Amino acid sequence: MMKQYGKYGNGKAADYVIMGFIAAASLLCLAPMLNILALSLSSNGPIMAGKVTFIPVDIDLTAYKTVFGNAAMIKSLVFTVWMVALFTAVSMTMTIMAAYPLTKPNLKGRGFFLFIIVLTMFFSGGIIPDYLLMRNLNLLDTVWVLVLPGAINAFYLLILKTFFSSIPVELEESARIDGAGHFTILRYLVLPLSLPVLATLGLFYAVGRWNGFMDALLYITKSDLYPLQLRLYEMVINSQVIDMAEGMNNAAAPVPESLKAASIMFATVPILLVYPWLQRYFISGMMIGAVKG
Amino acid sequence: MKSIRQNWQLYLLLLFPFVYFVLFKYIPMLGVVVAFKDYNIFKGVMASPWIGLEAFREVFAMDGFYNALRNTFVLNLLDLVIGFPIPIVLAILLNELRIRWFKKSVQTILYLPHFISWVIIGGMAVQLLATHSGVVNQILTSFGLKAIPFLSEPIYWIFSYLGIGIWQSAGWGTIIYLAALTGINKDLYEAAEVDGASRLRKMWHITLPGIKPTIVILLIINIGHMASIGFDRPYVLSNPQVIDVSEVISTYVYKIGIQSARYTIATAIGLFQAVVGLVFLLSAELFSRKINDQGIW
Repeated sequence: MMKQYGKYGNGKAADYVIMGFIAAASLLCLAPMLNILALSLSSNGPIMAGKVTFIPVDIDLTAYKTVFGNAAMIKSLVFTVWMVALFTAVSMTMTIMAAYPLTKPNLKGRGFFLFIIVLTMFFSGGIIPDYLLMRNLNLLDTVWVLVLPGAINAFYLLILKTFFSSIPVELEESARIDGAGHFTILRYLVLPLSLPVLATLGLFYAVGRWNGFMDALLYITKSDLYPLQLRLYEMVINSQVIDMAEGMNNAAAPVPESLKAASIMFATVPILLVYPWLQRYFISGMMIGAVKG
Repeated sequence: MKSIRQNWQLYLLLLFPFVYFVLFKYIPMLGVVVAFKDYNIFKGVMASPWIGLEAFREVFAMDGFYNALRNTFVLNLLDLVIGFPIPIVLAILLNELRIRWFKKSVQTILYLPHFISWVIIGGMAVQLLATHSGVVNQILTSFGLKAIPFLSEPIYWIFSYLGIGIWQSAGWGTIIYLAALTGINKDLYEAAEVDGASRLRKMWHITLPGIKPTIVILLIINIGHMASIGFDRPYVLSNPQVIDVSEVISTYVYKIGIQSARYTIATAIGLFQAVVGLVFLLSAELFSRKINDQGIW
């Protein structure tokens, strides 16, 4: 591989220019996070004096202690973890239930089912009809309002269907001859053969739910049920961090910079921890999607 | 009938997903009738009186609506013009990297922002770009430059919005181009080599044409999405001082519908956007069929 690349290059100088450019872009990617990390770890003095850029000055963990000691933050974290788990379980179950039958060409009404699924990718009722439905179903301020409405992603469903279709029919037919029904085939043949794509889609769902914010903003008013993103929004953005010259409302109790930085880190670290896996699976997932499209 | 009896298990599997789509996707679609009714939350959709196109007449008389519509198009257009080429350039440069570990590490770093939620990005932006305490302005002023109100003045806000969007998505956007780049025939480069082509010429005459079909498709898809805009990014980056340029259709519907509870008006705005969005998407699809002999979907 290296050799091949080597063949069509000329000049080491160009290599260094390109590497330098890409390295600068990567630094630009990391710099904001380094600054937040530095702010979260520094003590108040240097922060107020504007001495903290990308390296912590006079390390102080008080901000983290405050965040971890904050009942609301911890409550949101615990709630979010189990809500994401519940959502991912429901979503995967529903997506599998929909994808498997749709791979059967002799299924009556298959075209109709596919049509009603694809149509939802192009048109939706919009924010208000959704909201009114949740109200009428009495789902507002319950965990289900964050779990059910987004349970099936039509695009992921099509990815899974494409993958299921790629499993050789012969395997299934021999199982059929042995007397296996659809449930058995799905459970003991199709699913075990699809573990990588199932893992990928599971991560898609989980990350989307973890990062999701808008539905919580619309549907959740009870503080007990605030997911982490909504809590973070309230704490960090809503407390008027921007130095809008004439301090808007909420002038009372300005939160120290480091406290906000620590809150941001608190919500980011879980994603960073799973990122190495995320990256691999997401790229393979992108490829499945791209090949399909 | 026989096939239905044989396949009852399949229909049983489809039952819950079917109910899901009807309940959570199709009932809200029917729910757009709220736009044609004087919706009263106590009477419900059915009993509320019809008002025909009255709500649309009111919407088209609202300054805020035109403002949000304009901002939606302007921000999307700028995203397209400025943001679209960047992943292409990055991908071509990444493709030129020869040291494997370096390439792998920078890719890991460049993809990272894609996984960070908009709330977190918004929180970081507010900290970093603050006029006095933000690190960016600290650096600027340390060089003797004037501090820039990145988020509190409309013109600068637009650039911040664009820049933050690029920061979040440019790296991730390279993946699809990198995939296309692997499909380019290596012999082409060797032939060019023999002819004495410089590196830049090869990038221009081989690499770029190699990913041209991908570029065209993505461009069409992007234009197809011109009329629709996500909610999270403009919402978390917005603040009262820049609301004239930051209010877009999605945030406006939220404000009118949820915060002011004017359900009929907000539904009408949402419906208008959905229809315009659909027209854009279908035009993009038709256009793509015409020039590529194949649709996007």
